[in-house]
Amino acid sequence: MAIQNNRLSEKDYAENFSDIHPPFENKEAALVEANRCIFCYDAPCTKSCPTSINIPKFIKQITTDNIKGSAHTIFISNIFGGGCSRVCPVEKLCEGACVYNLLHEQPIEIAKLQRWSTQPAIENKWKLFERKMHTPSGKGGKVAIVGAGPAGLSCAHVLSREGIDVTVFEKESKGGGLMTYGIAAYKVTPKFCQDEVDFIISLGGIEIKYDHSLGKDVTLADLQKNYNAVYLGMGVGLANQLNIPGEELEGVEDAISFIYDIRSKGYPNVSVGEKVVVIGMGMTAIDAATQAKRLGAKEVTMVYRRSEAEKNCTQVELDIAMLDGCKIQWLAAPVAIAGENARPDDPVGRGKVTALICDVMKLGAPDFSGKPAPIKTGETITIECDMVIKATGQSPFMELVEQNGLENNKGKIVVKEKAITNIKGVFAGGDAVNGGKEVVDAVQAGKDGAAAILQFLSRQDA
Amino acid sequence: MADISANFLGIKSPNPYWLASAPPTDKKINVLRAFEAGWGGVVWKTLGSQVKNVSSRYSAVNFNGARVMGFNNIELISDRPLDINLKEIKEVLKEFPDRAMIVSLMADNDKQSWHELIKKVEDTGAHGFELNFGCPHGMTERGMGAAVGQDPEIAKMVVEWVMEAAHIPVITKLTPNVHSVVPTGKAVVQAGTNALSLINTIQSVTGIDLDTFVPNPYVAGKSVFGGYCGPAVKPIALKFLATISQNEITNKVPISGIGGISTWKDAVEFMLLGASNVQVCTAAMKHGFRIIEDLCEGLNNYMDEKGFKTIYDFIGRSVPTLTHWEDLDINYHHVANINQNKCIHCGLCYIACEDTSHQSISITKGNPYNTYAIKEEECVGCNLCQLMCPVTDCITMVEHRVAPEYLNWKDFQAQGLPLNDH
Repeated sequence: MAIQNNRLSEKDYAENFSDIHPPFENKEAALVEANRCIFCYDAPCTKSCPTSINIPKFIKQITTDNIKGSAHTIFISNIFGGGCSRVCPVEKLCEGACVYNLLHEQPIEIAKLQRWSTQPAIENKWKLFERKMHTPSGKGGKVAIVGAGPAGLSCAHVLSREGIDVTVFEKESKGGGLMTYGIAAYKVTPKFCQDEVDFIISLGGIEIKYDHSLGKDVTLADLQKNYNAVYLGMGVGLANQLNIPGEELEGVEDAISFIYDIRSKGYPNVSVGEKVVVIGMGMTAIDAATQAKRLGAKEVTMVYRRSEAEKNCTQVELDIAMLDGCKIQWLAAPVAIAGENARPDDPVGRGKVTALICDVMKLGAPDFSGKPAPIKTGETITIECDMVIKATGQSPFMELVEQNGLENNKGKIVVKEKAITNIKGVFAGGDAVNGGKEVVDAVQAGKDGAAAILQFLSRQDA
Repeated sequence: MADISANFLGIKSPNPYWLASAPPTDKKINVLRAFEAGWGGVVWKTLGSQVKNVSSRYSAVNFNGARVMGFNNIELISDRPLDINLKEIKEVLKEFPDRAMIVSLMADNDKQSWHELIKKVEDTGAHGFELNFGCPHGMTERGMGAAVGQDPEIAKMVVEWVMEAAHIPVITKLTPNVHSVVPTGKAVVQAGTNALSLINTIQSVTGIDLDTFVPNPYVAGKSVFGGYCGPAVKPIALKFLATISQNEITNKVPISGIGGISTWKDAVEFMLLGASNVQVCTAAMKHGFRIIEDLCEGLNNYMDEKGFKTIYDFIGRSVPTLTHWEDLDINYHHVANINQNKCIHCGLCYIACEDTSHQSISITKGNPYNTYAIKEEECVGCNLCQLMCPVTDCITMVEHRVAPEYLNWKDFQAQGLPLNDH
């Protein structure tokens, strides 16, 4: 057993990482599906979209050959409408609410139709929006945004449309945030992510300063001094620590770094174990497990301390993992990672990972999260492996938040009225506030932030 | 098994479905295929005057992704040599003696031309004639087709010429490009026609190319009004048919119903309004002759379920139910009811009623599903919500009579009851 890269042929990599939800192949296919939509009033799909895209309207516009109008309808509510059509867990959002479900029929393929309308807009950089020549007050305005992810760019786009000049400070060398660095490559390609960011900033008025990290290359004080308002949309950092023995062994990886490598280095350059264990059962855990398998791992086991009913991922996501051949170990809580040379008196050993040891759990009364609490049964199991990937949620940038005097809850910035922090003129949203939700939630947070900033600026002007 | 055979003016066919005079019936190869597929009869594409066709000839109207809700043509009558047509008619009659063979005619506008044409066609052994007084394009400019059908006097004159020479039954086909088909219908019945058929196509512009700005069908940068047919025209055809069935002069002769018939249900509707048989074209042009199978099977099953032994058990049955507005019962009232167990919360009933009708549906917001209910005291029973609801039998109209007795508009007025009181 060993962790190694270049396990597969080029052809295998291409096949394994090809688009998992292929688009409609032709206009007729899109039209058949679009015409199935009954154009609900006060539609459940729209109400189930965190960004409230007017879904019946954009679908109707496909049927009337008004694709530009359709794309505009999507982007006016969600400027990441292209990416969201690929990565949203629609089964628990719009498509999950489609009235066809109540007839026990397949829901409208909303994501696929959304992709149909947004794809040409992004590819051809359709000019669907125009910046206002003047800000609402006519005095101009400059806003700094930290993080070029979904929250930051969504905020930037709304502000720029209103005539405000926006500068975005991004610590990475590419925009898109977790869309670019944190999601399975078979959902969105690096090229698509780049195109999407290019499309968003093609509006004008948005400058992204890459490789600018808050706290290192630029300080919050600088931003407060040089801009009329600041929006913090820097997301969250690495995966939570397990705080169990053996975490520092060779072969214990963080899911976010693992996915980041896949997205930034190219598939053959990413090493993966022969027997991989992924800890967690959220969307990121699924993305890590399936991609480990698709990189050529012989065996991938997902470990979760509760049962299937409590999983954080959707059934559709779990099905992807299972169809990829990932094994699932329900009711198993990691207690230690064993390395080479582990002995009874030194159960962890050192060097490379050889096994994950878990307590076997059972479910008890609901805990603070509302889910049944996992309780130890006293039994343990040992899962042999050469790689452990941690995917039990991500940690906020605690230190950064604390240092800047931002009121927070364990590193998650506390806001009132959806976006207003305790520091005047500083706003926040997205994962940095909620601790890590869907892309679509971050996009809405960016819109909320922009609305709060516009209100703040208009008061300043008055 | 019901007997679906038909006897139209003594012309027998195994079922009441004829292919209408049109491209599907313009030559032997088509008609043989139609008869092999099971069609009861054909009206051979119009013979007579000499013509020359253009390209292109057809256009269509699509609706919500479905093709050919309506169909349009600018083709003329048969452009094949008359002798070949006559020879082929004879050959088909020999191969399928049990099927109806009607020949559509449109001679130049003089008595001699009509008489010569009738003589030649009768020699084939055909069972009947259909006079084309309806073609709305190309021929009208030359005083034929709809130009005849639109003028009762001219139509009467031509039918009189025909009846002088014809020894086999004559059906006169009426144009719908008039405010009423009754005047021409009456004139030709009085002139002796043995039967009527309707409708021919309706003049139309089906659409315009938004890039070239030229309407379709396209002919070298120009277009002309064409003849509209297909499912879209069925309601108009049924209305014209009903007026012929109601008139006591025109309802003395059998009627062959035409206009957007695509299914056995459409055919039954035409028969219920007085058609003794039906003619089909667009549906066959869309799907081919194989549709005859379900046309027959569906009709047969319907008749069995209803206990009808022959088609004559129900022909004309709905005619008396079409009355005058002032004879409708004002005391009849029904209100909508939403079956909450079937409701899928799409809101289509609500928005239709709220924006465009009587604001009779309440909305209780929910996430993501709203609840909708009828405000019975506001509901005028217009049916709009029921028509918009995508779920069968979710919205039903429940009878709530205002009073038990029949009360029509005339009595209502006479009694001085309140008006404009809603």
